[in-house]
Amino acid sequence: MTGLDALYQKDVLKLAAQATGAGKLADATKSVTVDNPLCGDRVTFDVRIGADGTIAAVGHTVKGCVLCQASASVIGANAKGETAVTLGDARDSLRAMLKQGAAAPAGAWAALATFAAVSGHKSRHECVLLPFEAVIQAAR
Amino acid sequence: MGAAESTQAFDVEAVRAQFPILRSLVHGRVPLHYLDNAATSQVPDAVLAAMRRHDETHRANVKRGVHFLAEAATDAYDAARGKVARYLNARADREVIFTSGTTGAINLVAHAFGATLKPGDEVVVSGLEHHSNLVPWQLLRDRSGIRLKFLPVTDEGRIDTGALDRVVSERCKLIAVTHVSNVTGAITDVPLIVRAARTVGARVLLDGAQRASHGPVDVQGLGVDFYAISGHKMFGPTGIGALWGRAEILSTLPPFLGGGEMIRTVTLEKSTWADIPARFEAGTPAITQAVGLGAAIDWHASVDNAAATIHTAKLAERVLDGLGAVGGKKRLDGGRLSAGRVRVIGPQTMERRFPVIAFAVDGAHPHDICQILDGHGVALRGGHHCAQPFHESRNLTGTTRASLALYNNAADVDALLTGLDDALGKLT
Repeated sequence: MTGLDALYQKDVLKLAAQATGAGKLADATKSVTVDNPLCGDRVTFDVRIGADGTIAAVGHTVKGCVLCQASASVIGANAKGETAVTLGDARDSLRAMLKQGAAAPAGAWAALATFAAVSGHKSRHECVLLPFEAVIQAAR
Repeated sequence: MGAAESTQAFDVEAVRAQFPILRSLVHGRVPLHYLDNAATSQVPDAVLAAMRRHDETHRANVKRGVHFLAEAATDAYDAARGKVARYLNARADREVIFTSGTTGAINLVAHAFGATLKPGDEVVVSGLEHHSNLVPWQLLRDRSGIRLKFLPVTDEGRIDTGALDRVVSERCKLIAVTHVSNVTGAITDVPLIVRAARTVGARVLLDGAQRASHGPVDVQGLGVDFYAISGHKMFGPTGIGALWGRAEILSTLPPFLGGGEMIRTVTLEKSTWADIPARFEAGTPAITQAVGLGAAIDWHASVDNAAATIHTAKLAERVLDGLGAVGGKKRLDGGRLSAGRVRVIGPQTMERRFPVIAFAVDGAHPHDICQILDGHGVALRGGHHCAQPFHESRNLTGTTRASLALYNNAADVDALLTGLDDALGKLT
């Protein structure tokens, strides 16, 4: 598989198409929009915090590329029960995978391994990380 | 070689041979098809050689030294200023201020000319501007209390000069607009802008970043007051550009940056200012880059610009045709581009526009398109191209932009269209 094919592999396209968690979340505790100043992409995450202090539900609106959509979709599928701190840990693992070639995250966030091929495309790292910035800020 | 590649007057392959980077392979395997010229153009051998020769034989600081190298460097720097002045048809060399680029030039005006404005005075820009001709005026507004007003943009992607009467009031002191849009490629109707400005005694600044790469500019004929250019978009090096301004205006303005070179006398209490252009060139300038810009202008003069303009216009028509933008009737053989999914954001023909072509594709993000096209060796730009307000006005996050220079050929255009077809196949 070439670098380009790996970047746009079926799993990535599938995640983007699934768009898990896409849409506005009613009765959100907090909503945060972040922008990528380089390209103008915009991600909004609505987060509802449950009685136990963890995330009960999320909703996202993505104006962005396939990688950004797929990343938001992974979050949409896995954010329930997380906190800003644990999401931050997942984001840090993702960042280390992208920027330092670290091993892909394990456990609940193993799906982030799908983005391993993005590590070779520095200009696209932010596309994958942007949804995490939004959801982490919304979960605080 | 097709008709679009070479005419009797213009041999594009001979031009291409002078740009070493065009012989390179992308990712070590596919030929480069460089269509990101609106962001930065490539540099011919003559410019590379001139800069190397300068640093090998004439490198020294300018203006102050009396030794051989200092005088040689000063001569080279001054000669470069003269070349820019002639390229822009300035009345005098001293009307050319070297800057870091168009952004630096516009910021210079925003500070120096801006210092003469009073709260309530108005500066008019348009909704089509590059951020470099918007943000400096926002900053001026915030620090001085001027009012910022906006000319709208037509559906075709042109500055709506029909709104001049409504937007330009007696309080207007400056109209600052792009000469050629870095998104739509549209040429601004400058005479109407100038006429509206003169009616109320306002000045006119043109952002010439996208225009200057396509041949000499006649600032006197345009009738404007300030003109800003970037060397790196006109086959010169990065880090150098110029502001042209009417001498009678520049001479009345206070300095922007303080430091060496720009003073007449300095005491511990106060300083007085040098005449133009030195007043606006504080510190050691980008000497080698200025020499490179001068060499780029010399190089451009060696090209038949009229033939080059026809050449790039033909290529641009080929792009527009391929994108299905011409009347919506054209189609690629077996391709998906005919399905109406590609929209050119800007004029649909080459009338009154330059070969900067931005387009939106339904269901495909510009960055994804650019990434896949990169795999074909095609260098494009995706995003808002530092024109976020314009894109938001069209409800677009971004567009994909192909921008042509005189060294592009039909193979570049074909690679673009083939790659785009591949991208749509992959992404949808």
